[in-house]
Amino acid sequence: MNVPTSYVVALSAILFTLGAIGVLIRRNAIIAFMSVELMLNAANLAFIAYARSLQQLSGHIFVFFIIAVAAAEVAVGLALIVTIFKTKNSIDVDQASSLKG
Amino acid sequence: MHFSEAAVEGWFALVPLIIAFPVAGLLVNLALGRRLGERFTGFAASAAVALAFGVAVLQALALQQHPEGARIVVADWIAMGALSVPWAIKVDTLSATMMLMVTGVSTLIHLYAAGYMHDDVRFQGDPGRYTRFFIFFNLFVAAMMILITGDSFLTLFVGWEGVGLCSYLLIGFWYEKGKDGIGNAVAGKKAFVANRIGDFGFLIAMFLTFGAFGSLTFDTVFEHAEAAGPQAGLVITLITLFLLLGAAGKSAQLPLFVWLPDAMAGPTPVSALIHAATMVTAGVYMITRTHVLFHLAPISSSVVAIVGAATAFFAATIAVGQYDIKKVLAYSTISQLGFMVAAVGMGAYVAGMFHLVTHAFFKALLFLGSGSVILGIEHGHHRATHGHGDAHGGHFDPQDMRNMGGMASRMKVTFAVYLMGALALAGIPPLAGFFSKDEILLAAQGGNLLVYALLTAAAFLTAFYMGRQVLLVFFGRARSQAAAQAVENPPLIVVPLVALAGLSMLGGALNLPGVHTLGTWLGHTLGEEHAPEFSLLVAGISTALALAAIVLAWSLYGRRPLVENQPDPLEARLGGLFVALHRKWWVDEFYDWLIVRRYVRLANVLAHQVDTIFWHNWFHDSVLAAGFRRGTRWLAEAFDMPVIDGASAALARLVQRAGGGLRRVQSGYVRNYAVYILAGVVLMLSFFLVRSLS
Amino acid sequence: MTPDLILFLGLAVLAIASAVAMLAGRNAVYSALFLVLNLVTVAILYLLLNAAFIAMVQITVYAGAIMVLFLFVIMLLGGQQAGSGPDLPWQRPVSVVLSVALVVLMAYALLAGGRGPLLADVALQEGFGSPQSIGRLLFRDYLIPFEAISGLLLAAMVGAIVLTRDEPKEKP
Repeated sequence: MNVPTSYVVALSAILFTLGAIGVLIRRNAIIAFMSVELMLNAANLAFIAYARSLQQLSGHIFVFFIIAVAAAEVAVGLALIVTIFKTKNSIDVDQASSLKG
Repeated sequence: MHFSEAAVEGWFALVPLIIAFPVAGLLVNLALGRRLGERFTGFAASAAVALAFGVAVLQALALQQHPEGARIVVADWIAMGALSVPWAIKVDTLSATMMLMVTGVSTLIHLYAAGYMHDDVRFQGDPGRYTRFFIFFNLFVAAMMILITGDSFLTLFVGWEGVGLCSYLLIGFWYEKGKDGIGNAVAGKKAFVANRIGDFGFLIAMFLTFGAFGSLTFDTVFEHAEAAGPQAGLVITLITLFLLLGAAGKSAQLPLFVWLPDAMAGPTPVSALIHAATMVTAGVYMITRTHVLFHLAPISSSVVAIVGAATAFFAATIAVGQYDIKKVLAYSTISQLGFMVAAVGMGAYVAGMFHLVTHAFFKALLFLGSGSVILGIEHGHHRATHGHGDAHGGHFDPQDMRNMGGMASRMKVTFAVYLMGALALAGIPPLAGFFSKDEILLAAQGGNLLVYALLTAAAFLTAFYMGRQVLLVFFGRARSQAAAQAVENPPLIVVPLVALAGLSMLGGALNLPGVHTLGTWLGHTLGEEHAPEFSLLVAGISTALALAAIVLAWSLYGRRPLVENQPDPLEARLGGLFVALHRKWWVDEFYDWLIVRRYVRLANVLAHQVDTIFWHNWFHDSVLAAGFRRGTRWLAEAFDMPVIDGASAALARLVQRAGGGLRRVQSGYVRNYAVYILAGVVLMLSFFLVRSLS
Repeated sequence: MTPDLILFLGLAVLAIASAVAMLAGRNAVYSALFLVLNLVTVAILYLLLNAAFIAMVQITVYAGAIMVLFLFVIMLLGGQQAGSGPDLPWQRPVSVVLSVALVVLMAYALLAGGRGPLLADVALQEGFGSPQSIGRLLFRDYLIPFEAISGLLLAAMVGAIVLTRDEPKEKP
């Protein structure tokens, strides 16, 4: 594709920010988690873009690992959410505020 | 005898030992006396004084070769600006005479006391007090030595005060006994107060001396005084009059003699040593020492002579009316001191010193003899009542001559020596008293006829009352059970008596008319004195009067000896006059009315009004204590609580509030924490960006 | 306006739109599906960037497995609309502000660095992004991280099982 690298990276930045907004604003724990996935995804895109422009395959390797880690994280995270739901009967993140000082 | 120069100088240098030996004696007894027993204590004390006598002998021998004497500086004492008083000892013929007499008589009396006090402490019921007696006795000898060897007014005064202290301690030795349980202590206090008045005079004299002549050392003062000329006449007169006041206190002259009869409350050795032979002569010695000043103030000398003569006569009259054996001797002492003071007042210093020495011999002998008699009576009383106290229930006075009589056969040695002493005191030739008294009378006859008359009358009375005493005590029949059962005393008591009797007999040889041994000896210090020629007339008159007095006494008391409870025949003949004599001319009562009662009232007022009510109740309690309490309460409540506690409490509250505020950051919401993270990221990014751009 | 650019822009718009839709959606299932769309779009972009293997991995693992997992849990939990209860004040405005700041910063960083080379101008060797080349790299240079990742996955599995297990009943 014959586009400048920076355009792709800019897209990545925008997706990342959208993901950040999602984490901060949404109260649904699952939606927040999905926003985190979106952020990871945006980072992957940036990696691939630079790997292409710098001809380094190690970027691909990084993305590979990030995806693996994301998978593991999702598994555990969702298990946690389910466990919390069992006790609190709600997936509102604001309900989990027992660490309040 | 001739000795080497080095030896003589060495002997002079030994003179501080004359003070050191008695001090060592008292320290040894203080530390070990009680533990090592009575024998050791008595021996140690007597040995100390005997060693001091040895040193005195060495000084005398050294002075034979160097009659001008020596000045041994022992230590620095005061050196303040113009006043310089080192601790120096003046060895000259005058001080050597005193040293020999004091240490010699003291040794004999120490030996006597070792035996006498053994009985006395048991009679009074406190054997443990034996050691204390000898500690005080040695302290007295040490102080007397300081007095005699003093090189300046101040060092003499130190010894002066020291002997006064020891006199007080020893008079009140049995402090819990006596009239009403404090009689002895009261007598000691009286002695101290009377002495104090004399000391006040001495102090004023010292201040005047320093002010006028700029020094307190004898030699310096005498030089300046002689060089000063007639304009110093007034100040020298004042100085000498105040010195007379001091001598009147210490040597029991009018008007301060009242303490000496009461001082008989002390044990007999004390009376013998201190109140007959040594301390009371300190006043005479002091006047002799300062003769230069008295030469320059003829008015004072006349006053001294009149005071002495008047005292001699006055005291002799009182002695006639006394019943207590020791009181007679006490007033006799005052009278003889009057003789000595009159002598030095007339400028006859040698005569005065001569009489001082001989009087020491026979008066000590008489006192010790009376002590022997009293001991004998006490033992007899104990035997008569088999230790069960008084058979008649009344208070038995072993010193009352009316309870004695016929003692000559029972206490032979005591009688013999006592008779010697009495004859010597009466002035019967060839005993010592005759020669010394005669010289004084000679001087008086040549100088002051009033003094001569008073002294002659006193001499007559002296012979009379001594005759009366000897007849009442030793002759006739025993007037009480106790006298009937009296026995002679052990040798430790009797031997010193014999020694003193010997000295009384032979003491006249010190200054026989024509030979004038003592006169020449003292002349090295006192300057050449013109001794009056021996006058057969004066001697004859005095001897005749003495014999007449003795005959008179015999006619009253000897021809028909008194029996028990018979009143004194003199009482019948003299009537009211005898009462006055017996009551001492009411001098004590007069003083009590004039001074003592008013003083006691003032003291009570001061104690009650000033000390208790004002000082304690108001000032201490209301002002000081209450103020302190109020102050501490303010500090605790108004200061400590709000300020200090408040500060720490405020600090705690501050921490609490800060913590509470910061706590709100922990909201517990994950989304808040995420915002913080994002904010941090933004900050970091901007930081890096700005850095890379600049 | 090369065709490449138009293609890229179209894909970019699709990705952003699906992301926004995911965020704003009220229904959790719809949000998950929109995320899937986003992931597929990004995979296409990977293909265009010569990352063939990764693109496949993205589709199979990310969009296929992870999102399915998400959907399972959404169905399990009923996807209620969480939104009841008091809202945190300041949260929305502050988040927006911060996010805008973030975008601005990143944009500035990008623009300051210049546009960068056109991707086509960079010559590529044969087989860039092919499984062989990746495999070669993975099992040789990055072997240890590869094994570590296996361990990580194992731990995640164990953790998930433990967390969702029922507590054993206490024996009376």
